[in-house]
Amino acid sequence: MSIFHFISDFFSQSAHWHGYDGIPQRLWEHIQYSMLAMAVATGVALPVGLVTGHTGRGGNALALLATAGRALPSFGLLVLLFVIIGLGLLPVMIPLVVLAIPPILVTTNEAVRSVDPAPVDAARGMGMRPLRILAQVELPVALPLILSGLRSAAIQIVSTATIAAYVSFGGLGRYIVDGLYQRDYEQVVGGATLVAGLALATLGAFWLAGRLAVSPGVRHR
Amino acid sequence: MGEFFHVPSDLQHSYLGLVGWHLEEALIPVLAGLLLALPLAQLCVRLRWLYPPVLWVTTVLYAIPSLAFFVVLINWTGQSEITVMIPLTLYSLVVLVPAIVDGVRSVPEETHAAATAMGFGPVRRYLQVELPIAVPAIFAGLRVATVSSISLVSVGALIGNQGALGNLLADSMFYHRPILAVSSVVTTAVLAMAVDALLVLCRRLLTPWTPPARERGRGAPVSVPAVAEEAR
Amino acid sequence: MIRFESVTKRYPDGTVAVDGLSLEIPDRSITVLVGPSGCGKTTSLRMVNRMIEPSGGRILLDGEDVQQQPVHTLRRSMGYVIQHAGLFPHRTVADNIATVPRLLGWDRRRARSRALELMERVGLDTALARRYPYQLSGGQQQRVGVARALAADPPVLLMDEPFSAVDPIVRKGLQEELLRIQQELGKTIVFVTHDIDEAIRLGDMIAVLRTGGRLAQYAPPDRLLSAPADAFVEDFLGADRGIRRLSFFTSGGLELSSAPVVGEDDAPPDLPTAPYLLVVDGDRRPLGWADPKRRAAGDRTLIPYGRSFPAERGSLREALDSAVLSPTGWAVAVDGDGRAVGVVSQEAVAAAIRAAHAGQGGAPEDAEPAGVR
Repeated sequence: MSIFHFISDFFSQSAHWHGYDGIPQRLWEHIQYSMLAMAVATGVALPVGLVTGHTGRGGNALALLATAGRALPSFGLLVLLFVIIGLGLLPVMIPLVVLAIPPILVTTNEAVRSVDPAPVDAARGMGMRPLRILAQVELPVALPLILSGLRSAAIQIVSTATIAAYVSFGGLGRYIVDGLYQRDYEQVVGGATLVAGLALATLGAFWLAGRLAVSPGVRHR
Repeated sequence: MGEFFHVPSDLQHSYLGLVGWHLEEALIPVLAGLLLALPLAQLCVRLRWLYPPVLWVTTVLYAIPSLAFFVVLINWTGQSEITVMIPLTLYSLVVLVPAIVDGVRSVPEETHAAATAMGFGPVRRYLQVELPIAVPAIFAGLRVATVSSISLVSVGALIGNQGALGNLLADSMFYHRPILAVSSVVTTAVLAMAVDALLVLCRRLLTPWTPPARERGRGAPVSVPAVAEEAR
Repeated sequence: MIRFESVTKRYPDGTVAVDGLSLEIPDRSITVLVGPSGCGKTTSLRMVNRMIEPSGGRILLDGEDVQQQPVHTLRRSMGYVIQHAGLFPHRTVADNIATVPRLLGWDRRRARSRALELMERVGLDTALARRYPYQLSGGQQQRVGVARALAADPPVLLMDEPFSAVDPIVRKGLQEELLRIQQELGKTIVFVTHDIDEAIRLGDMIAVLRTGGRLAQYAPPDRLLSAPADAFVEDFLGADRGIRRLSFFTSGGLELSSAPVVGEDDAPPDLPTAPYLLVVDGDRRPLGWADPKRRAAGDRTLIPYGRSFPAERGSLREALDSAVLSPTGWAVAVDGDGRAVGVVSQEAVAAAIRAAHAGQGGAPEDAEPAGVR
């Protein structure tokens, strides 16, 4: 049987569309975990990246932090926290947040740091205060790169949130993990397809955000 | 502390054995990815129209979760190392192709023209001018690919104990011994950082002409390039 | 008036960018700071709006120390133009120009109509208002930069090498535009450049700075050219300063002779003093020179006249240039509409130059010491 047979069989079974184990429910859980992790990671990494990029200081410390964050294995962290803390949201959230922080932090810092210094100098010379310069000059100009950092963080979160199922959590990973243990490849492939679909939808959402939020004067490049 | 290095007998490996196995499972895919990425990237540089679709395909590939990838592959390659290494190779490829393309494209127009004017043929110019100048960008990609590969090998534990150090995690849950998970996470992280540091060292030795990264100032050399980050 | 009182800028690493600079910048005129790189000219300019804080001395704006004024208010009260214009890439031309008015709390409509008004003033088509900076040429971007600096009608304009990144032809256009705007608005402009020709073309007063941030000479351009304070200034001015100085003497005093000017179909007059005749068309526009004897013999070939100079508003430099370029050695003077007014010989121009120098008393011997007007 080909993968496409698995996929079509999986989606054509009506049982997969209802109840606590139904696709809508699992999808919603997955989106919730991802959004929550994304919100926390952005809340932490974005301001730090913006400020360090604006001042041009702390680049080395940041690089070290990002490397350390990347080096921590998400799956290992998940299991470790689960073994220590037990079933709960925290063991799932921490690895996802740790995963998402480096790309957001590094790209935001780099994006702001590499903004052409001339407009910033002009803004200062016209009497803009530092916070206004950051918000009205540096941020809009750096936005395309910042969005790309957020996008890769979001994709990684969506993709990695599947492992939550390994520690008895919900989300689309359930189909994959359960399918694995039940030797039900139809379920595995169906789950994988859903996750990939969700990741693509995330890409689409970021593309749309870019179209709406990025000034045409910056986008042309 | 002895607990940290003690591996349960059901894993049929010593601590160092697991470390070696882990490195093998993580680094072979990166190497394979690099070998595939070099010609592919060069093709993308030559044929400009090819790059956007390649970028899209790689982005979509990266969106497929590793666990799903492993599990789907079992159908063909069984519960083996190959099953773990094929997706990791693809992930490396995904990170390396844009890094190399951007690196080669970052070669200044004048440098390119000067090399051509001095009589460099295309192959010679690629090997002696473009590639060396692209080395920092390529290494930036290599660092991201390697670290993420080392981290992802652990997930292989789910498909019949093919996760090397990750297998400690499964045992940690099974025997409920947190120390095994600590050992797995810490060892993996240290391995990743050590290999990363080694790569940084290699890059410095290969490109003695690049100024060391400065702490201050806009437009200073990129320490962890956003280019590679963006490609993930 | 802006007044530098022994202003010094010393960096923590010991480098001295500006060393005891004292300068009085007169109101409603263009003062140019010029010098080689590393002479502290940009640093001096940036200390006026406190982009850089001096480490010694003070700068007074209308008698008040700028250090005592709130920095953001101070900056908003001065226009600031920089080398690559520094336009905000994410904002349209109109929004760029409206930046300071918006900072000052003007409402959107007023700021916008002000922006359009300024675009006209700096010679930009208002159709460009909705464009983004990347859609403009370098010269257009710089015009937007000037308009943006003028937006809130500040009395002071600080310009840091604003025209050095554009090509020479565009630069000349921008310089002329600036002089025209200055004539209309009468701002106090401090202008930094490394190009001495630009300094001489634009400056009412020129401060030449030397490496190490010390003032070498502060004088009007004409005086700078006639009496450089020392070898450094002389060297910096370049080779042909004598010729360049002639730009500052009007051609209005030249005695033009209109007798050799004849119409195309007129009979050639008998003029022993003029070896050549200037033939003009029905509108009295010059066509070329003719040899009177040959013309009398029916030969109607004309010798190209080279280049004319404005009779009233031109300079002796233009008159001399015209005479030197003309194959006959005679310069052609025209009025504002390009109609020939008369001709003048090289010898007459040379006499006028001698007279002008004598009238100025501008022999290099009685040069004033540097830094004093």
